[in-house]
Amino acid sequence: MAEHIIELQNVTKYYDDNLVIDNVSFYVNKGEFITFLGPSGCGKTTTLRMIAGFDLPTSGKILLNGQDISLLPPNRRPVNTVFQRYALFPHLNVFENIAFGLKCKRVANTYENDKGERYTKKEKLSKKEISDKVKKALEIVDLEGFEKRSISTLSGGQQQRVAIARAIVNEPEILLLDEPLGALDLKMRKEMQIELKEMHRRLGITFIYVTHDQEEALTMSDTIIVMADGVVQQIGTPTKIYNEPANTFVADFIGESNIFNGTVVGDKKVKFCGKTFDCLDEFEKGEPADVVVRPEDILMTSPDKGTLIGDVISVVFKGIHYEITAQVGKYELVINSTESRNVGERIGMNIAPDGIHLMKPKYTSNIFDGVITKRNTVRFADGEFDCDVTQLYPGSHIDEEDYLITATGEKIDLTDTEVKVEVGLNDIEISDDAEAGGTTGRIISIIYKGDHYRLIVRTEEEEEDFVFATDDLWNENDLVSVIIPKDKIKLTLKHTEEKKR
Amino acid sequence: MKLPRFSRKTLCIPYAVFLVFFVIIPMLVIFFYAFTDSNMHISFANFIKFFSDPTKLSTIVYSLVIALITTVVCLVIAYPVAYILARSSMKRKFVILMLFVLPMWINFVLRVNALRELFNLLASLKGLEWIAGSNYFKTVFGMVYDFLPFMILPLYTTMLKIDPSLYEASADLGASGFTTFTRVTIPLSMPGIMSGVTMVFLPSMTNYVVSDMLGNAKVTIIGKFISDYFGNDWHMGSMIALVLLVVVFVSTWLTGGFKSEENVRGANL
Repeated sequence: MAEHIIELQNVTKYYDDNLVIDNVSFYVNKGEFITFLGPSGCGKTTTLRMIAGFDLPTSGKILLNGQDISLLPPNRRPVNTVFQRYALFPHLNVFENIAFGLKCKRVANTYENDKGERYTKKEKLSKKEISDKVKKALEIVDLEGFEKRSISTLSGGQQQRVAIARAIVNEPEILLLDEPLGALDLKMRKEMQIELKEMHRRLGITFIYVTHDQEEALTMSDTIIVMADGVVQQIGTPTKIYNEPANTFVADFIGESNIFNGTVVGDKKVKFCGKTFDCLDEFEKGEPADVVVRPEDILMTSPDKGTLIGDVISVVFKGIHYEITAQVGKYELVINSTESRNVGERIGMNIAPDGIHLMKPKYTSNIFDGVITKRNTVRFADGEFDCDVTQLYPGSHIDEEDYLITATGEKIDLTDTEVKVEVGLNDIEISDDAEAGGTTGRIISIIYKGDHYRLIVRTEEEEEDFVFATDDLWNENDLVSVIIPKDKIKLTLKHTEEKKR
Repeated sequence: MKLPRFSRKTLCIPYAVFLVFFVIIPMLVIFFYAFTDSNMHISFANFIKFFSDPTKLSTIVYSLVIALITTVVCLVIAYPVAYILARSSMKRKFVILMLFVLPMWINFVLRVNALRELFNLLASLKGLEWIAGSNYFKTVFGMVYDFLPFMILPLYTTMLKIDPSLYEASADLGASGFTTFTRVTIPLSMPGIMSGVTMVFLPSMTNYVVSDMLGNAKVTIIGKFISDYFGNDWHMGSMIALVLLVVVFVSTWLTGGFKSEENVRGANL
């Protein structure tokens, strides 16, 4: 079994009151190339910074070779970092930058004195040792002869190499790389990806790499940790993450995907886009499922041979393949194929069972904790919504003084009553008029599901999420107001539930 | 009729006139007075007299020492303040910085007067009588009080510009807090140190209002000396002023004040 060089146990991190890392646990094998992948703000950089020691976890443990290093300062950890914007020292030249860590280093040397007793002394490295090591590091990054150059005269790619040399010259147990290729142009980035991978092979040390570029992650990593919203979504090899995404977020983030709402209609049979398909995943009959199909897993045939029949609505040449969009009824499907089709052409489509991935939907309805106000409205998720409070007591009505009269004639003041609020996934609308709805929030996620979009809107104060379907296209991070029709808000009393128990 | 061409050069004329009348001509006058005698004949007598008179030489050295001590004390006080303010994430750090700089907005003579009264009051207390006689201490104290903002501001602006990830990089490479300070913080804040030193050292050599008011006119610095000579002997006064000019020139050159590097100038007020 491989040795765990680093292990995070239930690590949680708050910045002020913001939860950025939510109970994250994973381990890294010695010598592995591991990548934290996720959109910006998902907590990947914070996780890396906690391993480096720049940020301390609020709770949980970080183990290095089994030793708890959670609270150890960065200068006492055997890890080195390649920073996002390199963080090279502008007052030092290339040689001095690379030698910085070596000059701080103390090595224990053992000597024998006149009486033959052995003793150890912590000593600095000699000038010769330092310059030899720097020279070797410069060779590794292909910058021989750059010793005397000043940092400001180097190109972005060269600075990148100096930053890598400065880290690896210390022979760390783990090399941390924080989006190191982000500032380079595409061609340079591709070259550096290959070089980094090659460097990893030669040095044999553990690389922990942070990126938001899924292609980079797939190309370079042994293992990918997909993160979103401070939570680990999936851990696996690139192949596994691509072929068997754990949820719709991963499917949508890694590579292109067609995502549909489906229903399991029998043993290994799923219905979506109005047709029934064979699949490999076993779900309960009648269960709803998110269906993910990669564009390259849809095979085009003649119309009479296809399970799905549709019309080509767009064809885009992508270099090695064509990206063809087909309209099947009200659904849109994206197909990647080396064959081209003409716009308007009628085609048939088949999907093999192993090309269909079923996932349990993460969201089936929206549930909030609410409180009834004086005006018989309900307050939750930073806002106030009109609702029908009589549903709490069957047969009741509201009198002219806003009191609730139950079926038995009892008069109840509902103010401050705690309720459970439930709203269906299809019962929410949004508007860009901030006054139109009961609360406002920002769109944090958009996933296209063939014939509609699934959006998540998060309120700014309480950070409550509204998940719903819409036909309209919005932009991520838009500030919108959330509208819920009065009759779609389902209320249940909280204290009666407790009584039942 | 053709109008005279109005170009960017035309805009320079007022400044050129100003420079000629208020900088170049007065300098030439000083130079002329310094090397003439009372009959307006060319003479090196003042030059020789100055460098052979121990009082005059010692006043120069004395001024240098006072200025040096003032500068060092200012630097020692200002550096931690600037460092802490620049690196803290306090929301109200600007207010604290302002409080340090605020005295600059109150009339300087008034402040020094207030300080004198404060010293008089303290000297009347039992056990603190020594203050009355310690003219030297009071002068340096007054100068530090007066020039501290000129040290804090350039240091603060320079340190603000240091990328915080450089501190992290240093720690990451194994440097202790102290090593990071000596090998990253100090070298990178050097432009601020230099401009702060220039802005405190030079005025504290010549600003004799402080030494007059707080030192009971017993502390004579070179500025006072020049002012006294201009009462009766303009020639000797000019010579001392010229020597001071050379001293200032040399010390500016030594502290790198003539380098036109962006970061050096950027750190100035």
